[in-house]
Amino acid sequence: MFRALPCLAILLLLSGCSDQWGWYVVDPTTKNGLVNLNFLLTGLYYTVLLSVTAISISVVVGLLVALPGLSSNRPMRVFSRTYVEIVRAVPILVLILWVYYGLPQLSGLTITVFWAGVIALALSDSAFEAEIFRAGIQSIAKGQYEAAHSISLSYSDTMRFVILPQAIRRILPALGNQLVYMLKMSSLVSVIGMQELTRKANELVVSEYRPLEIYTILVIEYLVLILIVSAGVRWLERRMNADERN
Amino acid sequence: MGEPTEAIIRFEGVDKYFGNFQVLKKVSMQVALGERVVICGPSGSGKSTLIRCINGLEQHEGGTLSVEGVKLGEGRASLDRARSSVGMVFQQFNLFPHLTVIENLMLGPVRARKLPGEEARDLAQRYLARVRIPEQADKYPRQLSGGQQQRVAIARSLCMEPRIMLFDEPTSALDPEMINEVLDVMAELAESGMTMICVTHEMGFARRVADKMVFMDHGEIVEEADPETFFNTPKSQRCQDFLQKILQH
Ligand SMILES: Nc1ncnc2c1ncn2[C@@H]1O[C@H](COP(=O)(O)OP(=O)(O)OP(=O)(O)O)[C@@H](O)[C@H]1O
Ligand SMILES: [Mg+2]
Repeated sequence: MFRALPCLAILLLLSGCSDQWGWYVVDPTTKNGLVNLNFLLTGLYYTVLLSVTAISISVVVGLLVALPGLSSNRPMRVFSRTYVEIVRAVPILVLILWVYYGLPQLSGLTITVFWAGVIALALSDSAFEAEIFRAGIQSIAKGQYEAAHSISLSYSDTMRFVILPQAIRRILPALGNQLVYMLKMSSLVSVIGMQELTRKANELVVSEYRPLEIYTILVIEYLVLILIVSAGVRWLERRMNADERN
Repeated sequence: MGEPTEAIIRFEGVDKYFGNFQVLKKVSMQVALGERVVICGPSGSGKSTLIRCINGLEQHEGGTLSVEGVKLGEGRASLDRARSSVGMVFQQFNLFPHLTVIENLMLGPVRARKLPGEEARDLAQRYLARVRIPEQADKYPRQLSGGQQQRVAIARSLCMEPRIMLFDEPTSALDPEMINEVLDVMAELAESGMTMICVTHEMGFARRVADKMVFMDHGEIVEEADPETFFNTPKSQRCQDFLQKILQH
């Protein structure tokens, strides 16, 4: 919680120089300010929904890409490697534009802004998730596989009950970082009209013309959101470690 | 002892390579039902590799290896049958650190043998009692001493109700004061009639329980005899040297 203090300090600092700053645009004591503030905050819903949906998908896809990468079968490893290399090479913004404007033409399906954003973010993130899973799974000692083999566990049971629970514990900090990264990258989906935090701020800037105050609020919104998520991840980590030691 | 008809494990001219390096050289050996075999030999002689072939942790290359009459290396089915009747205990215990003791024991019975949860729990409790740590069921492996961990590992194997047990230097990673508690459990298991193959340098234990001693060197079985003959009148020079070195300790 001490991390929240600097944010407060910044706020106070900013309110101190109200001569040059037009804080009235977001002053909750005035009617207009309250409406504006509400308008900005409603973007939170899509930022969080978009990021959480995208990361849920990318974790699954990442795992499905990582597993063949660890197999002894060469074509499977090549598939995994190629996927990661290609996806990692494309900038997220380009991917967003391609999925939203290109994919519908290619597939003949119409796609909503939300799902275009989810697909693009998930696709882009899945390559990183795959690398994280690969490293996590490789860090598990060979003896764990041998013990699982000796009690006749199938490959999927070995993964599900022995390897992944241990691997996920180890990669939890990295997965948390990816979620933070995803929350930040979701701001790019504003370019195709997604009504998330950044888009809301852009729209309000156009109507109120107070970019300094509105973008400052935007910075604070991301800051608070990400500090909360980071704290959540750390709490989860501690709890899992405590579980193990108790 | 060891009549071909009762052989439960049979190696016939088994070869195994790691790259260009031949780890097993035309190994032939039979283990009879209920027989207790102790394998010893210098480091790197292929002892671990030999027993790991029996449950398919390593695949042999030349010759034939059969477990309970089923030849290994002929597809998945034979491998699955072999590993379901063979239990293994490792030098480093290899317990699952994220699961409690009882969960370690129940995983195989529930997932592989498809036993209902309650039945698996009873089974696990029974084997925990048998290795004399019934009170540790809800602890995590790291909360136990090395000797207790190895006994949990033995119980975990027994919960699969194997007909053959393999031990790969089960006491080498233990502090001296914990070795005996593990050896006692193994000796008891031997008395119950379990077919056992133990790689160990605990010669006191070998004298106590072994029906047959095997000495390996450079991927070959150099000597194979009953303990009496093996310890008193070893034939080969290599075996004599080895025994002399090891019995000094
Ligand atoms: N996976 C592997 N790849 C390459 N070489 C290996 C592998 N496993 C074992 N070896 C080599 O094969 C030889 C036999 O190994 P093995 O583990 O069977 O010996 P061991 O008799 O059990 O020795 P120790 O007493 O040290 O356990 C050793 O020289 C070892 O270096
Ligand atoms: Mg060995």
